Amino acid sequence: MIELLAHLGKSTRASFSKLGRATFFLLQCLAGIGSVLPRPRLLLNQLYSVGVLSFLIISISGLFVGMVLGLQGFYILSDFGAEETLGVMVAASLVRELGPVVSALLFAGRAGSALTAEIGLMKATEQLSGMEMMAVDPIKRIISPRFLAGFLSMPLLTALFSVIGIIGGQIVGSGLLGVDEGGYWSQMQAKLDFHDDIINGVIKSVVFGFITSWIALFEGYDAVPTSEGISRATTRTVVNSAFSILGLDFILTALMFGDD
Amino acid sequence: MINRDPHPNTLISVSNLSFSRGNKKIFDDISLAFERGKITAIMGPSGTGKTTLLKIIGGQLFPEQGSVLVDGQNVHQLRRADLYTLRKRMGMLFQSGALLTDMNVFDNVAFPLREHTKLTESMIRTLVLMKLEAVGLRGAYNLMANELSGGMARRVALARAIVLDPMMIMYDEPFTGQDPISMGVLVHLIKALNKTLGLTSIVVSHDVHETAAIADYIYVISEGKVVGQGSPEEIRRSDSEWVQQFMTGAADGPVHFHYPAKDYVDDLLSSGKRY
Repeated sequence: MIELLAHLGKSTRASFSKLGRATFFLLQCLAGIGSVLPRPRLLLNQLYSVGVLSFLIISISGLFVGMVLGLQGFYILSDFGAEETLGVMVAASLVRELGPVVSALLFAGRAGSALTAEIGLMKATEQLSGMEMMAVDPIKRIISPRFLAGFLSMPLLTALFSVIGIIGGQIVGSGLLGVDEGGYWSQMQAKLDFHDDIINGVIKSVVFGFITSWIALFEGYDAVPTSEGISRATTRTVVNSAFSILGLDFILTALMFGDD
Repeated sequence: MINRDPHPNTLISVSNLSFSRGNKKIFDDISLAFERGKITAIMGPSGTGKTTLLKIIGGQLFPEQGSVLVDGQNVHQLRRADLYTLRKRMGMLFQSGALLTDMNVFDNVAFPLREHTKLTESMIRTLVLMKLEAVGLRGAYNLMANELSGGMARRVALARAIVLDPMMIMYDEPFTGQDPISMGVLVHLIKALNKTLGLTSIVVSHDVHETAAIADYIYVISEGKVVGQGSPEEIRRSDSEWVQQFMTGAADGPVHFHYPAKDYVDDLLSSGKRY
């Protein structure tokens, strides 16, 4: 019993101290952003590896998610003779929920894990330490550009995901199942609200980009510098990002759509 | 005998330093002095915290007690910006080289220049090629860090460490894991650079012969204490049993072959319960 309590106390203390380190890390990272801006090259390189290289997985996944939505939506809506509203259904589910959530999950798996492994290995091979000894702050030089890149890429990738998904829904809906194409687009145009749907989706993706980049970079920076430590850190990045994304999605949805 | 008090000729002085990791005391009230323009070696068995000492001098780790003065400045009381200014004048050669793996040799050596100076690319090119020539790797400027052998990586790291023309350079186990030729090259380089660039060098090593060949002064450290010091000749003639064991590499002596353990027979006959 006592042992259990002691263990509980120990792990609670460990998680609070980790939370503290993570917060401190975030503050340093945000403070470092100021010195990234005069050197756009650092940012561009990271935008490429974090953002551009995630294009393919995001586009293909978006296409399939949209196509599945088109199929499922069609079978339900056709029962009510409301196939015309397929466009609304596909677009609303993508823009409000699936776009931000699924692309953030994919992003955590594709880019987040890569960032953690990269930073963890840089730590293990003393590259971060070496930079410090060369009077170069690794937070400013390595962490902040990656953070900014992740934060900027996420909304763009989400937008791409949603757009391709909507096209996928249209391909299945009007291409295969015969929904009127004009109806698909015009209903969507009429029913989707710029503020309620699109902006809220963008807010979500911004929040997810922030949290995923933070988790990925912190886990790498805080990793135990051994091969086992890095593998654990990478796993933690994916798991913690997934939890945070899904949990935050619920909270954000409740805040945004709760009162109407 | 070197004057251990702060002295105009002492570039780095470590006084009454204590440091522990967990419950293990790594340094117990040690004092060391490093003279300008000389090569001073810190020797001792693996695990005596020689690398830790370099990290403390570089301000990456904080001591529990004692102070480190580098060129008159107390490293651990400096503000961050001042510490970074000081570090630009301190080179450090990591055991692994610590080259940036996403860059080639040229960019690695150019890295400190690009970060800290506003020199033009052509100026940077000249400087980098000069430093690479000094370590004999000008022809390898185009290789990526992972295409280098261990010895080459260390030489590139050495070129990078001297590219800002520091006043001192710290070598962390420069000879470990090198073949005899690379070892010879490194020994020659450390000596030659120290002389031609007027550096102050600290060499942390357990390679007795190579280190004794180039060092002007040697400290032998064990279990957090300085157990012997002096010129290589004095160290060789030392009457300390410990120093003798270390210099000759005897398997048993004051440092026991066995890691501390409970009685052997008791251990074999005990129930085997995990503890």
